[in-house]
Amino acid sequence: MTPDAAVATKTTYREAMREALREALRADDRVFLMGEDVGRYGGCFGVSLGLLEEFGPERILDTPLSESAFVGAGIGAALNGMRPIVEIMTINFSLLALDQILNNAATLLHMSGGQLSVPLVIRMTTGAGRQLAAQHSHSLEGWYAHIPGIRVLAPATIEDARHMLAPALADPDPVLIFEHGSLYNASGELAPPAGPVDLDHAAVRRPGTDISLITYGGSLPKALTAADELANDGIDAEVVDLRTLRPLDGTAVAASVARTHRAVVIDEAWRSGSLAAEVSARIAETSFYELDAPVERVCSAEVPIPYARLLEQAALPQTADIIAAAHRAVD
Amino acid sequence: MSADVATRAEHRGELLHAMLRIRRFEERCVELYSAAKIRGFVHLYIGEEAVAVGVNEALTAEDAVVSTYREHGHALARGLPAEAIMAEMYGRATGCSGGRGGSMHLFDAGRRFYGGNAIVAGGLPLAAGLALADRMCGRSRVTCCFFGDGAFAEGEFHETANLAALWDLPLLFVCENNLYAMGTALQRHEAQTDLALRAASYGMAAWAVDGMDVEAVERAARRAAEGIRGGGGPYFLEMRTYRFRAHSMYDPDRYRDKAEIERWKARDPVTRLTDRMRADAEPVEDRLGEIERQVTEEIDAAVDGAERAPEEPVESLLQHVTSPRTEAT
Ligand SMILES: Cc1ncc(C[n+]2csc(CCOP(=O)(O)OP(=O)(O)O)c2C)c(N)n1
Repeated sequence: MTPDAAVATKTTYREAMREALREALRADDRVFLMGEDVGRYGGCFGVSLGLLEEFGPERILDTPLSESAFVGAGIGAALNGMRPIVEIMTINFSLLALDQILNNAATLLHMSGGQLSVPLVIRMTTGAGRQLAAQHSHSLEGWYAHIPGIRVLAPATIEDARHMLAPALADPDPVLIFEHGSLYNASGELAPPAGPVDLDHAAVRRPGTDISLITYGGSLPKALTAADELANDGIDAEVVDLRTLRPLDGTAVAASVARTHRAVVIDEAWRSGSLAAEVSARIAETSFYELDAPVERVCSAEVPIPYARLLEQAALPQTADIIAAAHRAVD
Repeated sequence: MSADVATRAEHRGELLHAMLRIRRFEERCVELYSAAKIRGFVHLYIGEEAVAVGVNEALTAEDAVVSTYREHGHALARGLPAEAIMAEMYGRATGCSGGRGGSMHLFDAGRRFYGGNAIVAGGLPLAAGLALADRMCGRSRVTCCFFGDGAFAEGEFHETANLAALWDLPLLFVCENNLYAMGTALQRHEAQTDLALRAASYGMAAWAVDGMDVEAVERAARRAAEGIRGGGGPYFLEMRTYRFRAHSMYDPDRYRDKAEIERWKARDPVTRLTDRMRADAEPVEDRLGEIERQVTEEIDAAVDGAERAPEEPVESLLQHVTSPRTEAT
């Protein structure tokens, strides 16, 4: 470690992600990045800006608008010795590649009796909040978390954006990384590397004793703000960042509920059949007798996410909704 | 007989053997299916054997093959042991996919046989990726992808064709045009039924081949594979062929005219080849007898092996969902 690396540096989530890509491309010749506009354009969200100049068009591949073909090509290349990182512009468009992700990437190892593993990383943005209307705003990562055979990550912090990619690439199986669009501009201090990120466990981002705010991805900053405000009301909230949506760290959830006896689950997806539903069910299964109040859920309203700013904000889980839910549970 | 003629006769004998091996294997599948020994969806290749056999002649062990759910013929031609395939259809532990796949999902990583895809056209993007990795690593290998005329209508075919031509991928598209996508005839599912013509519009070499003539298939496949190895990018072969049986074991086959089936049966690739051998005064009857004996023996042994193979224990249910974990570094 160079002396510089020992001190925290100011950076953004976007730059952290780019640095992770750069490191991966430098570390292993088998790694390449492929997706729509990842090269000349610099990435639709600017994540891969400059990588084409540094690594050349053989390793930073601009693809046609063919989600199914280039995701499938990533799978084939992974089967054939490469370590592809495939970027899909947004989760909405990943549905055009859902067949390849579910029927091939997630399934080949099993259908082949353990012969064919698919060491592939697929990154995409998710989430709402930028007035992009329904077809660019949905949070469907919970659907992917439903699928056995893949790992689903939701880096919510600059540290995770910087350090989750390397272990994801080291995973012999397909890993999906969901980056919430509202996080890219988040800036902060990137702490010196604290060792490899553990992709199996949730993280307690703020310890507390009165209630567990359980969330992931783009809702984490809202939950942390809510916890600060709850502290002013004398409520000491613990904030749990799930980080990995599959496999879900139920043990960490249960441990938190055992400390606080109350839980609010915050998830930007729709409530029905959401990851929040899964977390709530697990709490009911493992921690029923620990609970002093019913589990609360703060999710998006069950509408396609609207364009109009007021409507969009009303549809999404907000800090105020989290605070209100926490009060319902505690009071 | 001159040396050339003898070599040709020997080679034709091998082609005949390879085709009859597939045919007899599948005829046995019909019996085993009726006896409820094997289950699931079973799609027979009978009538189309010349395609798998002829194409395989142009491939080496280094090349890769991506197949569909109608893949017994592709798998056998690729050299998968009949017993490993049969055991798979029995759902046994010794099956080539450990009993997880069945008839539609045969895999053999060592032989670079990448399935066994039951999503129509689903194997095509994956084949492009196999070819992409070879190109990136500077390996002179061909990835051969089999698919049907029905798959031609899927976006995945067109996305992959575009990608393959755009990136000059070493990919051999083998479209088995058997005129039907389940019960839907080609002219009812394609606006333009000349598939080679449409493939050519992507800027790749593409032509139609008599898929009932194993020697014509072999010639075409060799030409395409040579072009691909020489850096000529993807090639597309439209194999004009026909399945003599129904789409699957569940299909009552009501959408085809019996006379049509008979017309195509008159072009049976096995008969075509034996007729040609006879016309060229090559020894056929003895050779046929010998092939039938060997094939029967092999299939008997395969069935016997599958019958006796152990079942996968239920305790193994959750295996092969994710890889055994190595410590993260
Ligand atoms: C994406 C998808 N749609 C529909 C099906 C159901 N299906 C299975 S085989 C088939 C026909 C495919 O025809 P073709 O590609 O010509 O291949 P063939 O069966 O003639 O070899 C259909 C519609 C499927 N398996 N996958």
